Amino acid sequence: MGILTEKYADIIEGTLARYPDNRSAVLPLMHLAQEEYGYMSQEAVTEVAEILHLDPTHVQSLAGFYSLYYEDPVGRYVLEICTDLACALRGADEFAEMACNKLGVGFDEITSDGLFTIKHVMCLGACDRAPMLQCNLKFEENLDEAKFDALVDRLRQQAENGDAAPSVVQRISAYARSVQPLEQVEE
Amino acid sequence: MTHILLRHRDIENIHEIDVYRQHGGYEAWEKCLRELTPADVVQEVRKANIKGRGGAGFPAGVKWGFIPQQAPLKYITVNADESETGTFKDRELCERNPHQVIEGALIAAYAVDARVIYIYFRGEYMDAAYAFEEAIQQAYAAGLIGNHILDTDFSCHFYTHYGAGAYICGEETAMLASLQGDLGQPWAKPPFPAQAGLYGRPTVVNNVETLANVPPVIVNGSDWYLGLGPEDSPGPKVVCLSGHVNRPGNYEIVMGETTYRELVFGEEYGQGIPGGKKMKAMLPSGGSGPVVTEEALDAPVSFTGLEPYDSMMGSASVIIMDEDTDMVWATMKAIEFFHHESCGKCTPCREGTYWLNNLLHRIYHGQGTEKDLRVLESVAKNIQGKCLCALGEFAISPVLSTVKHFLPEYQAKIKAATNGQQKVTSREAAQTPVPA
Repeated sequence: MGILTEKYADIIEGTLARYPDNRSAVLPLMHLAQEEYGYMSQEAVTEVAEILHLDPTHVQSLAGFYSLYYEDPVGRYVLEICTDLACALRGADEFAEMACNKLGVGFDEITSDGLFTIKHVMCLGACDRAPMLQCNLKFEENLDEAKFDALVDRLRQQAENGDAAPSVVQRISAYARSVQPLEQVEE
Repeated sequence: MTHILLRHRDIENIHEIDVYRQHGGYEAWEKCLRELTPADVVQEVRKANIKGRGGAGFPAGVKWGFIPQQAPLKYITVNADESETGTFKDRELCERNPHQVIEGALIAAYAVDARVIYIYFRGEYMDAAYAFEEAIQQAYAAGLIGNHILDTDFSCHFYTHYGAGAYICGEETAMLASLQGDLGQPWAKPPFPAQAGLYGRPTVVNNVETLANVPPVIVNGSDWYLGLGPEDSPGPKVVCLSGHVNRPGNYEIVMGETTYRELVFGEEYGQGIPGGKKMKAMLPSGGSGPVVTEEALDAPVSFTGLEPYDSMMGSASVIIMDEDTDMVWATMKAIEFFHHESCGKCTPCREGTYWLNNLLHRIYHGQGTEKDLRVLESVAKNIQGKCLCALGEFAISPVLSTVKHFLPEYQAKIKAATNGQQKVTSREAAQTPVPA
């Protein structure tokens, strides 16, 4: 039995219950797997494939296709900065460069303390609040250098205290437990 | 003005079901269940001519009418994959006024007799969409979703689903493929989703904002709705304003009644461009619609307003660029997006966006030649009309429209390159006069 089935049996069950075909649960379960394993490692791919009786190659292809799945290890906090046109018109490219310089990394690299990875991504749907980023899928908006420093300090403090990284995925997945299963839908 | 869609701006806490119901919420849903037949609902929505707010403008009532009534299983899918550059309206609706979207989706389900609704959120919206899940739970608890809704024979369930970062999943067939656990790639139509969509069953795919238009139409009637705005573009529309404006954000307008100039410069809206600068260009439909210049500013925001300028309203994601913007750079940025987001299924789009990206980078970085400019146009024209979905068409529109409006900027960069001079800076290129 893998880590996911051990730790999240109820979430997995609640997720599968939403669909007439288990295959549909693959993206939600990959989100959960990535959070548990850190990235879509071979083990993560294999476990998701086993739960859903899918070919691991298929799960691997999804990990390559969808940009929110990481095929390589990342830091504890993934800062995804939108540098798309609308944000770039409001200084997002310069902001991203500043962020990389501050943390001493290039895009997709991990800081030496293992805490941060910066990625530049396409439109996140917050163009009116640029520059912005998502930190482990949580939006941080209307940023500037001072706010970036404050965010980084806060995250470093959290890591030092041993606080869990913010988890949007767990919140969403936990919701799966509360939904009425599809089999109870009356025709 | 009183908002019809962004009602949370007038009514505090309307995301709570009690507040929503105190202000007429779910009255439309009750009216449908108790007084109207599914055919009545389709008829009313068709009469109101609610055009799809995701960008394509296809009338929702007509779409619902395509669903074969006798089919045993049907699905409603709500498209909340909003990923177009410059678009952030559906996120606000789902986060701040979720019950209106839920109510609209339920009415759609009743109209076509579907028993299951899926809403497909882009993965990046998980945090915001959690508010939507709370609203769904409230509606379940109030007996407005579930088995035997309000003690009638009608049962319907509502599930959320999360994508994982792919623009293409906003295309309806790609979204359905993704919901089935496959790569988010479009399929060749036919079959249309109304014939064979999710799990091969007849499926409605509606945008979030489109569905938010439905409850007020059921309560107030199609005549009221048709009285808002011009005949070809009735009803309210949320416009996403971004880029070089003093007050970016979402604004609700009645189509046909507001011009782009009012939107950019009006006190109620964008309040002009920072530094009092002039506008050089506007992308009216995110990265997907052809760029227009100042001459188009007096056009009304509507489905047909920009036709004289060879552009379109689309999802109304208006990106403003001031007089100092380097248009080759802006085009390169737009193409980087499409190159990244091309799903790879159709060769002309997959390879074409790769070459457009390469060529634009080369020209921008001062290594372009006259020939590159011809190749750029040629690649763009070879994508046109040769792909399964609209992504390829979208990708070429910033290229062809900027070549049309801002050719001297391209030429200045190329001329400097071929003369062996240094790279032309953004500012220098931006200051190249555009002939009248």
